[in-house]
Amino acid sequence: MTDGGSARRRWEEETVAPFLAGMPERKATFETLSGATVERVYTPEHVAEPDGGFPGEFPFLRGPYPTMYRARPWTMRQIAGYGRPEDTNDRLRYLIANGQTGISIDFDMPTLMGFDSDDERSFGEVGGVGVAVDHVDDLHAVLDGIDIGTISVSMTINPSAWILLAMFLVVAEERGVPRAKLSGTTQADIVKEFIAQKEWIYPVEPSLRILRDMITFGARELPRWNPVNISGYHAREAGATASQEVAFTLAAAITYAERAVATGMHFDEFAPRFSFYFIAHNDFIEEVAKFRAARRLWARIARERFGATKPESMRLRFHCQTAGSTLTAPQPLNNIIRGALQALAAVAGGAQSLHVSGMDEALAIPSEQAMKVALRTQQILLEESGIASTIDPFGGSYAIEATTERIEREVREYLDKIDEIGGTVAGIESGFFQQAISDAAYAHQLAKDAGELRTVGVNVYRDAEAEAIPFALHKVDPDVEERKLAELRGFRAARDGALVEERLAELREAATGDGNIMPATIEAIRARATGGEIVEVLRSVFGSYVEHAVF
Amino acid sequence: MAGPIRVLVGKIGLDGHDRGVKVVARALRDAGMEVVYTGLHRTPAEVARIAVEEDVDVIGISLLSGAHMTIFPRLIELLKIEGADDALLLAGGTILPEDAEALVAMGVDKVFGVDTPLPELVEFIRANAKPQ
Repeated sequence: MTDGGSARRRWEEETVAPFLAGMPERKATFETLSGATVERVYTPEHVAEPDGGFPGEFPFLRGPYPTMYRARPWTMRQIAGYGRPEDTNDRLRYLIANGQTGISIDFDMPTLMGFDSDDERSFGEVGGVGVAVDHVDDLHAVLDGIDIGTISVSMTINPSAWILLAMFLVVAEERGVPRAKLSGTTQADIVKEFIAQKEWIYPVEPSLRILRDMITFGARELPRWNPVNISGYHAREAGATASQEVAFTLAAAITYAERAVATGMHFDEFAPRFSFYFIAHNDFIEEVAKFRAARRLWARIARERFGATKPESMRLRFHCQTAGSTLTAPQPLNNIIRGALQALAAVAGGAQSLHVSGMDEALAIPSEQAMKVALRTQQILLEESGIASTIDPFGGSYAIEATTERIEREVREYLDKIDEIGGTVAGIESGFFQQAISDAAYAHQLAKDAGELRTVGVNVYRDAEAEAIPFALHKVDPDVEERKLAELRGFRAARDGALVEERLAELREAATGDGNIMPATIEAIRARATGGEIVEVLRSVFGSYVEHAVF
Repeated sequence: MAGPIRVLVGKIGLDGHDRGVKVVARALRDAGMEVVYTGLHRTPAEVARIAVEEDVDVIGISLLSGAHMTIFPRLIELLKIEGADDALLLAGGTILPEDAEALVAMGVDKVFGVDTPLPELVEFIRANAKPQ
């Protein structure tokens, strides 16, 4: 390695220096989006572990599977959700008709936070940023005419995820689809809610217990279901750096695994169904390296910390979404290009599933047209670009390998720090994660204001006069809330109220002990209890989470 | 001489996007203002009450959930009832130009989009807030 170092010094002195004398570089230092220094050129001396192994084998740096996209392209999974269940069903069918290969459902804020549409806290938000699902018949309507025995279904749902999982299982049961055929994901990653996305219901401990129950229930009953999608996306959107994104995600995964292991299950029994979710941000090289780093780190953590023996327990599989926060309201057509570059990083980094954000998302929830362009972006990558023909195409690039190793080092430092402060729960309670994210977000904004971070159309290449929005935006139907409330009244009137009460009482009983709450939740859903009723019954057992905000 | 400008920054409704509101809170604090942050998931009534209790000169509400056209009318009404409608009222977040115009017509003093540079916000508050 020293030979490489001296050769580089010679090059710097003999070739670079005279050049710089004639024309200085554009900046004194170059940094990644996360603030790490970028070298002028990378050479073998920057790479400590030049042998990255092979795809589908430990430590899975180069890919979780031996054939990757040559056998099975990533799942094209554009998220959809707005208005009433019927509205969302229309959008899902439209996307499937256009070649989408998996579905993904976005819920409105009341559903996400565990409130029924007729709760006073839901006022003004029913069917807004996602679909309103109060009960199992709503989910039946969302999935009407869609074969859930063959297509995978992802649900972006967190503190109330166990209820939506129960609804999904009852939908399957009532359609005669066996549990073994169900494939898909509940996001359910509660740690990142406390630190970044800020959707919560119960305090930290009962929230972790609910997730533990989903994981262990899934391990026994749902061979193709991912009960949790451990997510760095939201921390990054809230301001975190690339390394913080990976570190906080893996810290959450470690916590979930510890809780499941504490029930007496071996890591190998549940870990194969862990799935992950990262952002694809603007800094292409850093992002490709980040995905690779996350894979190698998780494989090693699974072995070192949990004694994993099955390859399936060690290989990190992830969904990816392009970064919503990079989308700009001015000159919104530029967002198509941002989506394409970020999607390219996701695919070059080996994503299993991808959502490209809509060109209009800085302005509104995405229109049908915006989602079509996003889906076509993915299809162009797969069908036209050649990127899917070879595995880990940037592996072996000195810059990529050096950046991969740099992120791994930084993540290890964070994980040590988290262990030092007493683990993830202690970190949430002391505000460690929240403060780190808040600091990074503030530094990012200051850099933007100072012009060090340049955004085309926003702080450089601005239009003198704002141009008219060059496409039609999605309009929220003003009657959604009223119609949903009328339907909910009808639903409550038609069911067996005494049976619902009985099932809710049994659920409360199950929650009071330390048993698994999934079976009693499924019973309550079958009896047509609403999500909000289930949440309120358990609130009397678990209490409510109150954040101590730091900024 | 008037004391430092007192600002309440807040989130109303179920929207959990707090990156912007916290960056703004910090920037205003660094600019020498006294900042009260309501935390997440507040109701209009709670925010109006806090505004009175804290006797603030400026109220800034951040919304990225699209619920601004239902939340602001309610807040403005409650601020009037509580007698806190003399405070400078600001809105921030993903708000379309046509909605921004409607908000200003109903009594919001200024709407700031997501890409607003922090110095612009600080200057606006300094120029328009009237500390008691």
